[in-house]
Amino acid sequence: MIGHRTRTQTLLLSVIVIALNGLGNLSLTWGLRHAPDPLGLHPLRYLRAMIDPFVAIGIALLILWLLTRMALMSWADLTFVLPVTSIGYVLSAVLGCVFLQEVVSIERWAGTFLIFIGAMLVGVTTHHRTGRAPEEPK
Amino acid sequence: MIWLLLGIMVIATVFGDLLQSHEMKRSGAQSVNARGLLALLKQIGNRLYLILAIVCMAISFFAFMALLQRAPMSFAVPASAATVILETILAKLFLHERVGKRRWAGAVLVAAGVVLLAH
Repeated sequence: MIGHRTRTQTLLLSVIVIALNGLGNLSLTWGLRHAPDPLGLHPLRYLRAMIDPFVAIGIALLILWLLTRMALMSWADLTFVLPVTSIGYVLSAVLGCVFLQEVVSIERWAGTFLIFIGAMLVGVTTHHRTGRAPEEPK
Repeated sequence: MIWLLLGIMVIATVFGDLLQSHEMKRSGAQSVNARGLLALLKQIGNRLYLILAIVCMAISFFAFMALLQRAPMSFAVPASAATVILETILAKLFLHERVGKRRWAGAVLVAAGVVLLAH
C-alpha cells in the first residue's frame, strides 16, 4: 500500500523528474549536434542517430523521466505537474548556456525567470490533487 | 520548419499528457522504486489510453529530436511550455481538476515566459 503522499514527497519526486529531463535533454542535444546528417523525415537517420552513446544515454534518461513523470501524475493533478516541472525549462537554458555554449539573450533569461516564478506559484498551492486518489492495488 | 515541428510537438504533447493524466488518476498512486516502475511499464501495455499516450509522446519526441538539430536547446525546450495554458484549460474541462487562482496565475506566467523565449 502506498499511503497518502506528503507535500515533501511530491516535491522531491518533482525534483527527480526535473533533473532527469534536464540531463536527458543535454545528453540528447550533445549527441545530435555531432550527428553526421540532418534528421529530416528519414526514419533510418533517426535509428542511426540513436547508436551514438550520448543520444542513447539521453533516450534512456528520458524514458526514466517519462516513467517517473507518469508516477508523479498518479500522485498529483496535471495542472500541478505541468507548471512545477516547467523549472526543467530553466535548467535547460542554464545547461545549454554552460555546456553547449548557447547564447541566451536577456529576453530568454527574462522568459525563463517568468516560467520559474509561475512554477513556484503553483508549487506552493495547498492541494496537489483534485479529490481523493484511490490507492495502488496490493 | 522550426514552427511546424514545434506545432507537431505541442499538439502531440497535449494529447499525450491528457491521456496519461486520465489513466494515472484511474490507476491510483504509483510507487517510484524499481519494482513500481516495472509495474508501470507493464501497465502501459495493458491500457489503450496509455498506449495512445505513448504514441503521442513518441511523435512529440521525434519532432523534438528534429527540432533540436535546427534550434538551440535553450529555445526548443522552453518553447514546448506553450502546452501549459492549453493543457490547463483542457484539464479543467475534461479531467475536472480544480484550478485555483494561483494555478491560473502560474500557468499564465509560464505562457508569458514562453512568449519571451520565442523572441
